[in-house]
Amino acid sequence: MFLLAAGLSIIFGVMDVLNLAHGSFYMVGAYIAYSVVVVTNSFWLAFLVAPLLLALLGAALEVVFFRRLYRHGHLAQVLLTFGFTLVFVDLVRARFGPTTRSIPPPPGLDGAVQLVGATFSAYSLFVLAVAIAVAVFLVLGWRFLRVGAVLRAGVEDKEMAGLLGINLPRVFTLTFAFGAGLAGLAGVVAAPEFAIYPGMDANVLILALVVVVLGGLGSIEGAILGALVIGLGYVVGTTFFPQFAIGLIFALMAAVLVVRPSGLLGRRP
Amino acid sequence: MIRGRFASARNAGLLVVLVLGLASIPLWAPRFWIYIATQALIFAVFAMSLDLLLGYAGLPSFGHAAFYGVGAYACALLALRQVDGLLPLLLVGAASAALVAVPIGALSLRTTGIYFLMLTLAFAQVLWGLAVNWTSLTRGTDGLIGIPRPTLFGLDALGISLYERGAFFVLCLIVAIATFALLQVLARSPFGRTLEGIRENETRMRALGVPTFRFRFAAFVVAAAFAGVAGSLAAMSNGYATPDFLYWTASGLALVAVVVGGARSLIGPLLGAFLVLFAQLGLSTYVERWELILGALFIAFVLFVPGGLIGLVRRT
Repeated sequence: MFLLAAGLSIIFGVMDVLNLAHGSFYMVGAYIAYSVVVVTNSFWLAFLVAPLLLALLGAALEVVFFRRLYRHGHLAQVLLTFGFTLVFVDLVRARFGPTTRSIPPPPGLDGAVQLVGATFSAYSLFVLAVAIAVAVFLVLGWRFLRVGAVLRAGVEDKEMAGLLGINLPRVFTLTFAFGAGLAGLAGVVAAPEFAIYPGMDANVLILALVVVVLGGLGSIEGAILGALVIGLGYVVGTTFFPQFAIGLIFALMAAVLVVRPSGLLGRRP
Repeated sequence: MIRGRFASARNAGLLVVLVLGLASIPLWAPRFWIYIATQALIFAVFAMSLDLLLGYAGLPSFGHAAFYGVGAYACALLALRQVDGLLPLLLVGAASAALVAVPIGALSLRTTGIYFLMLTLAFAQVLWGLAVNWTSLTRGTDGLIGIPRPTLFGLDALGISLYERGAFFVLCLIVAIATFALLQVLARSPFGRTLEGIRENETRMRALGVPTFRFRFAAFVVAAAFAGVAGSLAAMSNGYATPDFLYWTASGLALVAVVVGGARSLIGPLLGAFLVLFAQLGLSTYVERWELILGALFIAFVLFVPGGLIGLVRRT
């Protein structure tokens, strides 16, 4: 969840694009993982290949389509990405059919682990580890790496960053590719845990949006916090009143937005 | 001024041709196409109501299907409880949608732009979740089925029933024209002008002493009411109401219709609605991969025709 929200948040923060196709990237990532596992029987290969392919796809889409649209404002972009969600769902359905697929967890991670008296599936722990690793990398990179500095400059003031000699079109392409890659990674990692089916994109997209909005757009820490709150809220919700778990999440988001329209850790819009 | 009058005369001419063309459909079109045209008209009412928000008030709502769905469910629930009468059912659809719009509008309108878009999207998904999960009222994903169409006072004696395709089509046409006329009057009224003023420069309008929030709020509720009417019609037309009515793709399609047709014109969304629906239902009949084509169509439109169909007409 966090992986997905982080990608979405970065794309929105830096490029000011609300990417509704982000859920589709996630779905495509999961399907690529599925294909790779079916053909080569290696989860780890999929783990490498899917994010890379998605990043390439993201870069291509950015160069071919989005670049023309920055002038036209949010709505055009939102509709463009909406168009892509339709295209991707249908492509996936055409290639893989409407049935639900799944892949097994990789060998070595398919067991269960005893930890502080409770039993966890090893794979869940692995997912957790990946998420934490990416989170740490992003937070630190955002703060200390040169790329992070460039991106932050882009978030703060695009024109100024451009004037200072930063190649903005390239930064945008790379950002979009990176965001898409993160979505692909999320797709691979989620594939053994959840079912893979056309339509998985919409569910997850809405949740990711909520996470991002809740945490504050364009803020990585916000995305982490948002993912935690939503994850917890969802688990608590499904445990105590399963019928309205989704409602609870959105109620949470509405409450936060009423108090702080820019999200928990967001800047004032 | 002269140019304006010329343009409006031309628009009026266009309208008359459009209405006559539409009204003749039941006379010559095959049954299936009458059905599609009916659906398109309903969708057009929905899209026009969204245009009030998007085009005139400048509020990009991505959750407008919520009100469409609420109207459909309200109408369906009453009709299934043997409530008969066309006007009461349509009014209930409108009223319940407006009622739901009150809290949603009050919360979402605290934000603008992209945040507003995401909030409305989220609220619509809440209602969708409710429709899926509140099975005792909505029967979950199965939806409410077997919704009867209302009878018309007096006309039944003449042998006219809404179960006839042609009659129902004419009903939808009348509602669509009424919606168009009402929204047009509203948009040209001081109220509509004020909305445009707020869209262009909220700070200045506020400085002029206009309670901007109230105007936006009113526009939101009115748009919701019209969407509710469209939803009621859809429930009667299909004979069912399912959570799909509230799903975010429905909101997205409506937005596409408005943008493809050209926002801030009412006639644009009407054309857009027809295009989208013909594309959707027409293509899905003949081609398996219609969603792909539809998506590609939207992408092409967004890229190459930013002003929408109406923009093309205006430019020439």
